[in-house]
Amino acid sequence: MKNLLILFLFLLPGFSLAGEAVDMAEDPVLEKRMIGLAEDLRCLVCQNESLASSHSELAEDLRREVREQMQKGLSDEEIIDYLVTRYGDYVLFDPPVKSYTLLLWYGPFALLLLGLVGLVFQLRNRKKNVPEASLSDEDVKRAAEMLNQSKDS
Amino acid sequence: MMRFIWPFVIFVTLAGFLYVGLGLKPREVPSPLIDKPAPMFNLPQLHDPNKQFSPRDMKGKVWLLNVWASWCVSCKVEHPVLMALSRQNIVPIYGLDYKDEREAGMGWLRDSGNPYVLSAVDIEGRIGIDYGVYGVPETYVIDKEGVIRYKQIGPVTQLSLHEKILPLVAELKAK
Repeated sequence: MKNLLILFLFLLPGFSLAGEAVDMAEDPVLEKRMIGLAEDLRCLVCQNESLASSHSELAEDLRREVREQMQKGLSDEEIIDYLVTRYGDYVLFDPPVKSYTLLLWYGPFALLLLGLVGLVFQLRNRKKNVPEASLSDEDVKRAAEMLNQSKDS
Repeated sequence: MMRFIWPFVIFVTLAGFLYVGLGLKPREVPSPLIDKPAPMFNLPQLHDPNKQFSPRDMKGKVWLLNVWASWCVSCKVEHPVLMALSRQNIVPIYGLDYKDEREAGMGWLRDSGNPYVLSAVDIEGRIGIDYGVYGVPETYVIDKEGVIRYKQIGPVTQLSLHEKILPLVAELKAK
């Protein structure tokens, strides 16, 4: 019983997904396509919301615009182009790879590489700095004694 | 000594990025329309719906296109600045009444003064989308060739007027 309850609590966040802000859904197929596209687009008014979930007036207008262009038979790429020429790459949640986004896309890998190089150097240095343990004659004798002792017992 | 150098370098780099980040304004999305021809439109004028206004009419002139609305609170902030500018007769200001009721728009201009040569009405906000409007007020500086040269997002202030807009207008007029 308790386990079931815990399981339920773990699943709970899954149920709380925010609903989309849907206005008029005359053609459910088109509406679904529109929402699908709008989820990858950023609302400019409330900047961390997608165009699909935003309730701002501009988002409503832009959804209307997207819907109408879909009715006209434009492809998703054409519609995205339409929005990018007006609002810039900013409307895309997935920024395109361009000269000024190189750092954004590849910076983390560069940092990882830098870290690895640093690690290799560090390890090499340590090997050099830690002297090989050398045993004096006396130590060898003591060690042999100890080993013999354990053999006997 | 050496072992402190790397943490220090990393700290300085990170602090540098964060410092630059402090000065960025995420609200101001750079417009891709700068140095592009101003999108064409034909819209009815606010005070005379039978007449149209199009940017084509402005060919050969440097002008400002100011997007405003009677419901827009920040427009009230920039309004005195625009009024003063219109009295100076340096550059004509044309208005785009964005997603507004005609009556409400005219009422607001009647009550508080009209800095515009004329205003066009964009009731459905479609022209606003063409211009990449996402927060009213926005002001565009358009040159003699009909190319957008600058976009002010948010209210025009004395500072932005004297540091950016007016020098640019003077430069464009001299061309």
